[in-house]
Amino acid sequence: MTVKEGEFISLLGPSGCGKSTALRIMAGLGSTTKGTVDWTNKEDARNISFVFQEPTLMPWATVFKNVWLPLRLKGISKTSAYSEVMEALTMVGLEKFADAYPRELSGGMKMRVSIARALVTRPKLLLMDEPFAALDEITRLKLNDDLLELWQKLGWTVIFVTHSVYESVYLSTRIAVMAARPGRVIEEMKIGANYPRGEIFRTSQEYGDLARKASQSLHSAMNQQDHL
Amino acid sequence: MTDAPVLIDEEELRKARTERIMSVLKWALPLGLLILSVIGWHYLVVTNDIPHYILPTPGRVFETLIKDWAILGPSLWNTMTLTVMGLAVAVIGGVGLAILFTQSRLVEYSLFPYAVILQVTPIVAVFPLINIYIDDITTKLLLCAWIVAFFPLLSNTTLGLNSTDHNLRNLFQLYGASRWQTLVHLQLPNALPYFLTGLRIAGGLALIGSVVAEFVAGTAGTGTGLATRIIESGFRLNISRLFACLLLISLSGIVIYLVTSLITHFMLRKWHESALKREN
Repeated sequence: MTVKEGEFISLLGPSGCGKSTALRIMAGLGSTTKGTVDWTNKEDARNISFVFQEPTLMPWATVFKNVWLPLRLKGISKTSAYSEVMEALTMVGLEKFADAYPRELSGGMKMRVSIARALVTRPKLLLMDEPFAALDEITRLKLNDDLLELWQKLGWTVIFVTHSVYESVYLSTRIAVMAARPGRVIEEMKIGANYPRGEIFRTSQEYGDLARKASQSLHSAMNQQDHL
Repeated sequence: MTDAPVLIDEEELRKARTERIMSVLKWALPLGLLILSVIGWHYLVVTNDIPHYILPTPGRVFETLIKDWAILGPSLWNTMTLTVMGLAVAVIGGVGLAILFTQSRLVEYSLFPYAVILQVTPIVAVFPLINIYIDDITTKLLLCAWIVAFFPLLSNTTLGLNSTDHNLRNLFQLYGASRWQTLVHLQLPNALPYFLTGLRIAGGLALIGSVVAEFVAGTAGTGTGLATRIIESGFRLNISRLFACLLLISLSGIVIYLVTSLITHFMLRKWHESALKREN
């Protein structure tokens, strides 16, 4: 599987097919049993951000300090990081909550903080591991739109793990359907629809057809002994 | 004032009232029980004509406390200094060892059994040895207070350092955090609530440690702490002073508990679940 710059790729598959594992390997957090990850530009391998399924914030630190963390670990002081951190918070619409603690925020807001922390390092590649799976439908749709907007504005490459057919069709330029035992990519689907995608795309015939196609290929990915 | 509709119904009022009463009762009940027991104690002594060298009246104990303050005050000061110093050394030793343990599994494997041995061997049994090997009385007592108090700090802090969120650890790894950065920005803050729980236990233990150590040191010591006063009063059948000493030790324990609880509250109130007020 080849990932080109600026793509938005979804890894879609049943649980246990190794979506998250693949993502972790790309991030350099795990080791492979077979195969390699090759980078055209080796430098890019270190310019990665990761968004987990949980917001994964430090409860003892304010929103500002949570977003500052990646820069802080690189030795950038609070004053020199200030404008970048505030810019990242503005992008996710949380600039007013810089001094709040995570516990004061809703689930969707925590996820936004998590995204702000991911984008504060201006990554080339953003890896997202079912980031919106634990959120309610309304928040999820809103965050999907916001994510697409940020992606277009900042020119990231995004690899997005999900088990939602609809989410993957709505977001991606390409979907990689994965199957389990052994974990592998069984089909790649191009989604040609133009961005920005909105409510019109979400309710269109084209969207329905693509979702059906992705769904069928997901079903063929699941063996009979698989349980949903 | 306007006659805006008041959005409080009968049930909510009742609920608020019950809550108010409960918060008063929380203080009033133990206080009332204390007053009742003191009065009961007083009449028990008076009606049965119990001599003061067997059981003094509460009034007499209080009188002794004031009258003997010149003796008891400095003793209280000595016991408290010893306790606080013991606790401080326990914090340094406990947290230091805990950090060492999390940096290297091998160190943990080698040292942890000995920490447990130190913890489970009664200090009274070890003390005669300490008494022989160490001359300086303060060092001797301090060592005892440390042995008794350091374990809860060590085990709790170790648990806190090791129970960081797995994803946060990955995040730190991803951003290339050094060992030191992971310790300072992730592990230590994560261990704070655990450490503070250990501190509350260790505070009480340090007091016990310093009193017991002084007891065992006996007259061999320079005889300045509250424990020595208790032994002394026992020999002289000065039971009122003995009670006064007991009262001071209990009060010290309560003060230590309150102070450590207050520290916990102030350090955790902004973010930790335990310090949050929930509506339900």
